[in-house]
Amino acid sequence: MSTMPIATTRSMTGIPTGRLAVWWVIGSEIVIFGGLLACYLLLRNLYPHWGESAAHTSTLAGAINTFVLLTSSLFVVLAHHAAERKRHIAAFFYLWLTIGGGLTFLLIKAFEWSYEIAQGYTITANLFWSYYYTAAGIHASHVIVGMIIMAIISFDVLRQRNLPRVELIGIYWHFVDIVWIFLFPLLYIAK
Amino acid sequence: MSEHTSAMHYVKIWAVLLVLLIISVLGPMLEVKILTLITAFGIAVVKALMVAAYFMHLNIEKRYVWYLLVMMLLVVGMFFVGTASDIMKPDGRNWVNRAAQDLRTPAADVSADSQQQAPTAH
Repeated sequence: MSTMPIATTRSMTGIPTGRLAVWWVIGSEIVIFGGLLACYLLLRNLYPHWGESAAHTSTLAGAINTFVLLTSSLFVVLAHHAAERKRHIAAFFYLWLTIGGGLTFLLIKAFEWSYEIAQGYTITANLFWSYYYTAAGIHASHVIVGMIIMAIISFDVLRQRNLPRVELIGIYWHFVDIVWIFLFPLLYIAK
Repeated sequence: MSEHTSAMHYVKIWAVLLVLLIISVLGPMLEVKILTLITAFGIAVVKALMVAAYFMHLNIEKRYVWYLLVMMLLVVGMFFVGTASDIMKPDGRNWVNRAAQDLRTPAADVSADSQQQAPTAH
């Protein structure tokens, strides 16, 4: 068994290593999603007829999904709040409510996409739909990854191990929420 | 990081976020362009800042994280400015970007796809 010391805090920043790593992940994600959003703004301004395609997206489905993600963000911050107070059962419960939120989001997205594809609005229909499926798809993949990591962490929390990790997955989940907050008006409201 | 914050504080932030969501959906229904920009995109910025400040605890996070995030936003801005001039102007005095010009008309956009997808006779 190794007796090597484990660095848990960087002396330069005073930030726990895990949290610092998550912030760096968020930093790289800002470039990925920032690039996507910037592309949309440029192309939408250049091709005003994108508005005609955007008119076929469901504002109601987008609004419900925004509500679901905002609520799941509340649950994960409550999980963090409970974990800091060593209330591991409550933290476990809130983490699974958050996962439920992610699942609801994906189910609504699945229904929405099925309907749109059935109407002929596929990823190859035109540039707008290519963008729509790419941006929402990359975002949905982040939701799936977050749910998997959260499920793994939840069982650690139940055994009262690695409680600070609840905060780390929380930061990631809130970022995924923020990305959707920007995608919602771009894809569903600007028609 | 949230040792001194009560759970009710987060519920209040969530309630404010929901009110902002309702405004961002209802505002554009009035179909006034400036109002749409403010209610949809302005409120999106406010909502994002609220989530970052109160749920991600950026309001009490160390400055290093702020520097990191601002630096990444500047990188995005740099890419944006670097490519915007080319994308926004698909023609010039001595050159023309035909692909970009074609995409300016919805008919061309759709017909290009329909040509690719046209079934071949056997």
